[in-house]
Amino acid sequence: MWLRPFSLIPPDTHVDFVAKRWWAFGTTLFLVLVTLVALTVKGLNFGIDFKGGILIEAKAAQSVDIGALRTELAALNLGEINLQQFGAPTDVLIRVQRQEGDEAAQMQAIQSVRAKLGDSYEYRRVEVVGPTVGKELFRAGVLATLLAMVAISIYVGVRFEWQFGLAALIATFHDVLTTVGLYAVLQLDFNLTAVAALLTLAGYSINDTVVIFDRIRETLRRQKATDLRAIINASVNQTLSRTIMTAGTTLIALLPLVFIGGPTLITFSAALTWGILVGTYSSIYVAAALLLYMPPLRRMEGVSPKVAGKAA
Amino acid sequence: MIYLERWKVLSILLICVLGVLYAAPNLAGRESVDWLRAHTPSFFPNQSVNLGLDLRGGSHLLLEVAVDNVIDEHMQSVLDQSRSALRTGKIGYTDLRLTGGSVHFKLTDATQADVARAAIREADPELDITLQGDVFTLRMAEDKIAARKRAAMDQSIEIVRRRIDETGTREPSIQRQGDDRILVQLPGLDDPERIKNLLGQTAKLSFRLVDETAMATEGHIPPGEEALPSADDGHTYVVQKRVMVSGDTLVDAQPSFQDGMPVVSFRFDSIGGRRFGEATRTNTGHLFAIVLDNKIISAPVIREPILGGSGVISGHFTSQSAQDLALLLRAGALPAPIKVLEERTVGPGLGADSIKAGATASLVGLVLVVVFFIFVYGLFGIFATIALLINIALIFAVLSLLQATLTLPGIAGIVLTIGTALDANVLVFERIREEMRLGRSVIASIDTGYSRALSAIVDANMTTLIASFLLFIFGSGPVKGFAVTLGIGILTSIFSALMITRLIVVWWMKTTKPKEIPL
Repeated sequence: MWLRPFSLIPPDTHVDFVAKRWWAFGTTLFLVLVTLVALTVKGLNFGIDFKGGILIEAKAAQSVDIGALRTELAALNLGEINLQQFGAPTDVLIRVQRQEGDEAAQMQAIQSVRAKLGDSYEYRRVEVVGPTVGKELFRAGVLATLLAMVAISIYVGVRFEWQFGLAALIATFHDVLTTVGLYAVLQLDFNLTAVAALLTLAGYSINDTVVIFDRIRETLRRQKATDLRAIINASVNQTLSRTIMTAGTTLIALLPLVFIGGPTLITFSAALTWGILVGTYSSIYVAAALLLYMPPLRRMEGVSPKVAGKAA
Repeated sequence: MIYLERWKVLSILLICVLGVLYAAPNLAGRESVDWLRAHTPSFFPNQSVNLGLDLRGGSHLLLEVAVDNVIDEHMQSVLDQSRSALRTGKIGYTDLRLTGGSVHFKLTDATQADVARAAIREADPELDITLQGDVFTLRMAEDKIAARKRAAMDQSIEIVRRRIDETGTREPSIQRQGDDRILVQLPGLDDPERIKNLLGQTAKLSFRLVDETAMATEGHIPPGEEALPSADDGHTYVVQKRVMVSGDTLVDAQPSFQDGMPVVSFRFDSIGGRRFGEATRTNTGHLFAIVLDNKIISAPVIREPILGGSGVISGHFTSQSAQDLALLLRAGALPAPIKVLEERTVGPGLGADSIKAGATASLVGLVLVVVFFIFVYGLFGIFATIALLINIALIFAVLSLLQATLTLPGIAGIVLTIGTALDANVLVFERIREEMRLGRSVIASIDTGYSRALSAIVDANMTTLIASFLLFIFGSGPVKGFAVTLGIGILTSIFSALMITRLIVVWWMKTTKPKEIPL
């Protein structure tokens, strides 16, 4: 054959994943602790989507002297103003805290910033979000994430057994939580797109977990004698090359977005990249290992005689 | 069995061909697609993907209509009506007031309760009237309130639409959102200042008489009159609350010039014209005020009766503000004030840059993934690549057909789909490898590979589908667009892995009769 296929993971791989679970639980505990500490000490850097406020992305003809511009804008007395180079050195992202008063006050603030910047800037993006809408968007985002996790777990619980559903819920919660942690530690802009990233990640993470669970379920049906520990180990090892392949292809597809997808998508793609790494890890170490502590019953429902016969 | 029945093969091929056909317009420029749409029947593949405002540039405004104002205003008029009804009926009352959304008053003579009730009923038959002791309470029924609010919303949307249409904005989208909100999307608009300014005015116009004697004696305002500020010089005028002619009787308003100054000329309908003629005839020589949203635009002297049913408003206008006022008068007044809750504007430059960056990144990602995949799975990698390309065509075809909106996160969704679309193939291929290692025959390995991988593929993708569904329900704007692409991507990926790749594999087995599987 002119194309020689290649196995990423040698077929006879037998890593004793279950034995290493204490290391994994330690790592997980560490990640969760870092997240909780970052959330309490630094908190999330809420974007204007949730906090309300003004965001202006402007492009100048020449590179922008952020420091000088910051001093100039601070003189406007609009409260907290945050400037940040955005992509090219000519691009600047200006965030102004929400102004006291109504919509007119926000417009006034935008006008005064524009007047200060002058005509040499191109206004690429202007966003104004009021506090009511911000609160609603935040509530909807949190609700969507929680509901998605619960709904997915219920689906897994129904298709498998409740133990699988619970293990999947904990593993996914772990992934979402530590990704929120990433936002807190790096103080990334936590906005609507971040919620989209979290939800996608929840979907991906559980997807990964389900494939391993599917194999454990199958092995449970086939081999009645072997102990759970061996079954989990065997299933994780058998699906290992798939786990690595899928994580690999998704990461390869995502990385160009991180580097050349433009500044708007960086945070989103970076969070997803992290999420995929954590999600892959948690499928093996958190979800599968948790099953040891809540052993599934060997229910044979849903197995068609044909498949069962073949397996025998 | 791995082999597919003839009708299945034909349907798969048909779907692939249709997918490619319906995705094709996306490769053409916007003008050609517009031309195509104008010259072909609607079932023809003549639509390209609807780009979101973040990609094509434009303005997104979330408006809130203060519908409660409508109710407040109505109760205020109930108060006034009740007062005059009680006075004309010579019914004694005290403590007439409006609190907590209802009108209360106390009878001085409790025996007049029935007369009072009848008088109020006659003034406004829709009111709920309750009597407790000698205190009357008048309020609106809940369903009447709801109906009034709904009507106010419908009217607001209509007025917003008219005002925006008058500005000549291309393809505006105006949708109701929730009970009291309107979502306005204006593609291609990169400075919404003028629109916001136009929407921010209720534009209630009235012509009223000025009380010149009260103006002279400062500080004291007689009942039935009020002091209103002038729009440009901060003067205040004392004017009658009673409206001589109101703006809703206008049938047309146009900007024009008078003595080289911008003015707005207007025309009344027949009723308004007659009323205006009558009022100007009886008040010749006096001042009257043109009041817009409780500000006085101008207060000219009535030199002679204006009987033609038309006139001009002069004030300190620029030609832009004259044009805007004419527009507002033509479009009509909003039933309640509107507030902009949220504004997102993307300039055309950023949109174009986003498309370029997103497209480049996706293309690079695609090439890398394909190379990696062929490296690992060889010939089967090529099979999967063909299926992946058709899959991408399918996504664009469905997006174009549904006229769903592609946003920047949506592009990321497609990229992610490229990654996960291959997952179903990975599951099958890895399973085939395992079956081969168990020493099964070529056909048996491929057959069991497909059937064993099925449950994992379905369960794994269902979970992501659930996530994208919830994103769609709770998400807003760009996030919704992302959910749509992700959801469509999952469905087409399952199809492409389970049907297209499989079709190619079957065809390969039939034509080459392989002794071993190159996996």
